[in-house]
Amino acid sequence: MSAAGLPQPRPAGSFADAVARARAAGELLVQPRMGFPTVEQMGAGLRAVHDARARTVGTITLDSYTRVGDHGSARRALQAGEDLNGFPIVAHGGQVTRRMIDDAGTGGFAVQVRHGSPLPLGIVQALVDAGLDATEGGPVSYCLPYSRTPLTEAVDAWARSCELLAEQVPGAHLESFGGCMLGQLCPPSLLVALSVLEGLFFRRHGLHSISLSYAQQTSFPQDVAALAALRRLSGEYLEGADWHVVLYTYMGVFPRSVPGALALLRDSARLAAVTGTERLIVKTPAEAHRIPTVEDNVRALEEAAAAARDAAFTEADLPDDGEADDLYREARDLIEATLELNGDVGRALTAAFARGHLDVPYCLHADNAQRTRSHIDRRGRLQWTSAGRMPVRAAADRGTGAVGAEELLGMLSHVQNTFDRAALEPSAQSSPALRAGHA
Amino acid sequence: MSAAPAVIAPEPLPSTTGRRRVLVSSVSSDSHTWNLVFLQLLLEELGHTVTNIGACVPDDLLIAECRRHRPDMVVISSVNGHGYLDGRRLIARLRAEPDLAGIPVVIGGKLGTRGAEGGSHASELVEAGFDAVFEDSAGIGEFRRYLAAPQTPALHHDTPPVPVP
Ligand code: B12
Repeated sequence: MSAAGLPQPRPAGSFADAVARARAAGELLVQPRMGFPTVEQMGAGLRAVHDARARTVGTITLDSYTRVGDHGSARRALQAGEDLNGFPIVAHGGQVTRRMIDDAGTGGFAVQVRHGSPLPLGIVQALVDAGLDATEGGPVSYCLPYSRTPLTEAVDAWARSCELLAEQVPGAHLESFGGCMLGQLCPPSLLVALSVLEGLFFRRHGLHSISLSYAQQTSFPQDVAALAALRRLSGEYLEGADWHVVLYTYMGVFPRSVPGALALLRDSARLAAVTGTERLIVKTPAEAHRIPTVEDNVRALEEAAAAARDAAFTEADLPDDGEADDLYREARDLIEATLELNGDVGRALTAAFARGHLDVPYCLHADNAQRTRSHIDRRGRLQWTSAGRMPVRAAADRGTGAVGAEELLGMLSHVQNTFDRAALEPSAQSSPALRAGHA
Repeated sequence: MSAAPAVIAPEPLPSTTGRRRVLVSSVSSDSHTWNLVFLQLLLEELGHTVTNIGACVPDDLLIAECRRHRPDMVVISSVNGHGYLDGRRLIARLRAEPDLAGIPVVIGGKLGTRGAEGGSHASELVEAGFDAVFEDSAGIGEFRRYLAAPQTPALHHDTPPVPVP
């Protein structure tokens, strides 16, 4: 029996349908992070992802000008033939994008737009015009790590955007990016809580097909515990919705070597497979260096799909006794401490950040209280160093002032170093994940 | 592939022990902040006073903050791949303001989308008006040497250090 949401009588969109079919087949759905400036490059990329030897859905990742609403700069760059770090969907327009997808000849291939915009109304309108039915983000996860926009403005804009999507696209799918917050050094309980809270926000604003995210962190067993907590809480809070869990391959500083990067990618695929996670968004060996090419992406998708097929679970992958329950309780306390502040989940989120009941470590955004800090412990797990005013206990409260530049860089590079070293050591027998988790 | 990882040796930098005011900023389209947090800590450890104005800084805000803080040096960081586009535009804006035309401004990070294979953007950006360009992680070692070098503007001029508050 699947632990995910009950089957829905509502019409499923193409994205939700692709997830349902993968689930029925017992296969992991894999997806790239892929975006290029021109219609030719982007269309060829979608085609290649469709044709990859893996069960895939497509992605259109948007460029940074479009994300911050500077469509003029996107247009000028296109005209001058300059590089952009993604596809400027608003500058190209919904109709051009629709034609690009038609011309790619991929039939009803499910494609998601990934952006990173606190004020996404124009982007949502463009993707609706292009005939697409899936996107991602959230009022917190696309505001704090992506902008200097006040949180209240992002909450309002996201409410209107969710409603637009729900009204205009029956069966539309929306994924919370709450499981990523700054990509690294955010302890799992807060990632899980934010994903569920954004899922509640999406439901409140009319969406029925939802995914909850979690990004691979520094310890395999801790990630297993976090994914279990996320699944359990989603079941409790999102009853009646069609939901699934999406895992992101590590979102922080990536290994520089190709073997190190591939080992980390394979580990994330194995994590997805052994936890029954429905979908995985991959990273490529280009991650530490530059924007990945189409070939980089296809290779990563195929590598991940193969690793998921062969995945095995060992004793060393298991969380400690009670670890998953503790993580579940900590995340639930964060959710409850937020929800009790206001009957409206958007207002509750704003209030929780204003009071520091939610507080993302190292996040510079003006609406983040900046009273929390985190560290990687001796066994590789991410822990709270100081919990500020959040309703969680820090192992040893050291305040927020203790970390220097070297120490910060060391923590940010922990995963990179672990995997690069293991890949370069010819004697490396055990997987880097075991080293990372049980050093 | 990109340049080798920077080796950060804790070199003594006696000539930069005086407190100077440094403004650390991203560019308009770039939301990455770990780079900014890291640079702030690094500069503070070298004895400078840092104002970190964060991510996605529009040109007008950067100009206003330069006027408000009157920093001895502006350190721009971008890693999203738009750094050479945003940097070129913002330095032209800054240099067009008569009162800011002479302010020392450096830029660093991952400035294009193609990594080391994309070639260097350094000469183009220096021509556009930056005092120095530091590309990716190899840039940190160069940056430390730059800060320590006697000819580096601003960090060695004759104004007295800002008193410790
Ligand atoms: C964490 C991360 C994120 C987080 C950022 C959260 C946050 N608020 O900071 C999230 C997930 C939100 C994110 C989002 C995006 N990201 Co990002 N991200 C990364 C990642 C994985 C690590 C960056 C990091 O934290 N580094 C740690 C800090 C301390 O170091 P650093 O930034 O690398 O800087 C070093 C040097 O460059 C140097 N340096 C930097 N600036 C300066 C300045 C000076 C003066 C000097 C001397 C030195 C210097 O010093 C540092 C230490 O060596 C990198 C890939 C990687 N490195 O593994 C991608 C990466 C930087 N991201 C990238 C991109 C494109 C984006 C997005 C645009 C999404 C997209 N299209 O893929 C969005 C940003 C949206 C926007 N508006 O810009 C690309 C940039 C591509 C390029 N330049 O060719 C990268 C390289 C990934 C990739 N290969 O595609 N990202």
